[in-house]
Amino acid sequence: MLRYTLRRILYALPIMLGVSLVCFLLVHIAPGDPLVSVLPPDATEALRRQMAELYGFDRPLPEQFLRWLARALGGDLGTSIATARPVASEVFRAVGNTVTLAAFATAIGFTLGAIFGFVAGYFRDSPVDRAASALAVLGVSVPHYWLGMVLVILFSAQLGWLPATGAGPGGSTEWAWDWEHFRHLILPAVTMSVIPMGIVARTLRALVAEILSQEFVMGLRARGLSEFAVFRHVVKNAAPTALAVMGLQLGYLLGGSILIETVFSWPGTGFLLNAAIFQRDLPLLQGTILVLATFFVVLNLVVDVVQTALDPRIRRA
Amino acid sequence: MLRVARRWTAALLFASALVAPALAQEKVLRIAMTAADIPRTHGQPDQGFEGNRFTGIPMYDSLTQWDLSKADAPSVLIPGLATEWAVDPADPKKWIFKLRPGVKFHDGSAFDAEAVVWNVRKVLDRDAPHFDPSQVGVTASRMPTLRSARAIDPLTVELTTSEPDSFLPYNLTNLFMASPAHWQKLYDAVPADVTDPKERAKRAWAEFAANPSGTGPFKGVRLVPRERFEMVKNPDYWDERRRPKIDRVVLLPMPEANARTAAILGGQVDWIEAPAPDAIPAMQARGFVLYQNPQPHVWPWQFSFLEGSPWRDIRVRHAANLCIDREELKQLLGGLMGVPKGTVPPGHPWWGNPSFDIRFDLAEARRLMKEAGYSEAKPLKVKVLTSASGSGQMQPVLMNEWLQQALKACWFDVALEVIEWNALFTTWREGANHPNARGANAINVTFAAMDPFFAMVRFVTKGAFPPNSNNWGFFNTEEMEELVRAARTSFDAAARDAALARLHKRIVEEAPFLWVAHDVGPRMLSPKIKNVVQPRSWFIDIAPMDLAG
Repeated sequence: MLRYTLRRILYALPIMLGVSLVCFLLVHIAPGDPLVSVLPPDATEALRRQMAELYGFDRPLPEQFLRWLARALGGDLGTSIATARPVASEVFRAVGNTVTLAAFATAIGFTLGAIFGFVAGYFRDSPVDRAASALAVLGVSVPHYWLGMVLVILFSAQLGWLPATGAGPGGSTEWAWDWEHFRHLILPAVTMSVIPMGIVARTLRALVAEILSQEFVMGLRARGLSEFAVFRHVVKNAAPTALAVMGLQLGYLLGGSILIETVFSWPGTGFLLNAAIFQRDLPLLQGTILVLATFFVVLNLVVDVVQTALDPRIRRA
Repeated sequence: MLRVARRWTAALLFASALVAPALAQEKVLRIAMTAADIPRTHGQPDQGFEGNRFTGIPMYDSLTQWDLSKADAPSVLIPGLATEWAVDPADPKKWIFKLRPGVKFHDGSAFDAEAVVWNVRKVLDRDAPHFDPSQVGVTASRMPTLRSARAIDPLTVELTTSEPDSFLPYNLTNLFMASPAHWQKLYDAVPADVTDPKERAKRAWAEFAANPSGTGPFKGVRLVPRERFEMVKNPDYWDERRRPKIDRVVLLPMPEANARTAAILGGQVDWIEAPAPDAIPAMQARGFVLYQNPQPHVWPWQFSFLEGSPWRDIRVRHAANLCIDREELKQLLGGLMGVPKGTVPPGHPWWGNPSFDIRFDLAEARRLMKEAGYSEAKPLKVKVLTSASGSGQMQPVLMNEWLQQALKACWFDVALEVIEWNALFTTWREGANHPNARGANAINVTFAAMDPFFAMVRFVTKGAFPPNSNNWGFFNTEEMEELVRAARTSFDAAARDAALARLHKRIVEEAPFLWVAHDVGPRMLSPKIKNVVQPRSWFIDIAPMDLAG
């Protein structure tokens, strides 16, 4: 198991290097001037050249990449062009806010998704299945930014029950798990949970239905096991696949959502990426993408390892 | 009877105890900006003029400033931290500024000539210990000819320009005065293990942004990056008329229009910039108040004058300007635009009474087009570059599609090419002859028209040809050069304005633009905000406002 884990970590390293190279190149080949946030469009060419020199953008791309990579390996993701603040502190503060949001959205999405999926799979083709499936399909089909806006119109603008934006009355740095702050979390988290809820429900429904049709289930029942005991076996068999799907979904949620975080002005990684993109803040963009990609790779690694622990056949394969 | 009286007394005391804190409650104004981040707070804001509006003018002063006290007159230049200024008659590249006595920074240090020199050096002198590259772009570009400053005495400073330039006083509205003493204190507090002076300076500026010190009517007290910035009133502000009545101002970045709308309807904020147009009636129905006023902003098509461009024919340029019914466009935009008569409106000191009247006159437009050789059977093909969004672009796709339809009536066959906002900016600088212009002969980039250089000079002189500046279409005549020269070297304010009026008159008559709209800076405010004056400016003064209970 240890060798397998080490091998998987080794595989992750070239992936990370590739990711950093791709994200560096992508942000550099995108049209537009990286100095746009510190240089008005009507600035003279001479001033633009001076600024490019001050920020090191006049150097060849490979040199810029190697300098950036060397600093990133040392934990220094550079300084944001637009704010002059260290990128690392900006990204990790945003990651903390996204994790708070993602954790709550995960709790809602996975719980509801698992319930709907198991119920629909267990009672296949029944009205309960149809209702649960309809909800799941709705979850994956409704554009979440649209749902967010509808929820805001309803619960904030019309009823005035919940705040529409922000991460608490004093900002995220004063976050506390009390009602005043928690109410800021409800609308974005519910909006964010809809897609994973739908995906988990649909996957589990198919999975449970498939497992139930296998001969070993008939065997379990023939041996006189209670329905609850059979259910436990079904859950255990469904767990590796469900875990993989949930892991991927958790990765997506931890990556933040540009749309949801922008709609709700939630200061997470999606909000940060949005600002970085619009300001052409290359160091911030590169740093955020790198951190998110690392998250995703690490999360997949963890899921793989846990999956293998749960189902040794995977290791052998 | 006595018992009843005691009960009443007790009840009254209890009630007053409850009411007293409410009476003493802090007056807090919460503003939702369109910016995706808090504009920089160290004295030279980014995020365009929204930055100057919210983290510049409220916390800092400049030597000269805009008069923001009138809604029904142009916003003109007035004394700020300088009480008077004049060019040196012996050397027109030198200016003498007399400074306002008794002004103090928020940290208690005195504002004087050395502070001015320090603030000039922060963006122009690479050898200065406090030189900050991140402030250079947004500042130096707005004062292109300023080169250095020298203190003559504590209240007199001499500024030197690279060439005689009567526009300098306008440019100086963009140089906000930050406290040198406060910065030095923060620099000295940087841990000793940081030995690189540049790194120490960078850290001192980062700290300054979180804990700023200017001379303005509000003091910055709390920065939560990307989330909120809080300012409290400066009760000792030097200008009595602008001493704030509001205790605290909270700035919140909300780039999404619907989020801002929901925030004001849900009671989270008291003021939103640029409300979603569709939601304006709903907000007004709930008692919110819409403020708007035409800004020194131009939404144009800028024409190409390169060989082969159809816009080289003045009849075609005039025809386009006469062919569109701007009132109809205004209606389409829910009334949220100003109808232009040129780059500046009639009544402005630079207006100049052009002989070409920009209006809707279909018959005259068609006559001109016919004369130029075009007809329904032989339409004129033109290609315009625009963006899908962008600061100041209002609703570019909708407006350009409307123009495309409207110009059909005068036999223009308009091809639109929509590119990304940043890419459009880059193209704007590269010029009409660059491959990135994709053969377009007009470009739709909006611009601010507050000072003479940015309103006019950069569009008509040879020195502003790409890539130097924004004369994208290479428009230039000897007459324009002469008019600009005359304006730049007229150092008496009245003479300078008269020269600029002559320049504006000729620009309108030559029509290197299709003038389509002025932005009106719409903002929705809670009715409890009092003393609101929305001037004809990109800026608005929060200091005189008040909040009703």
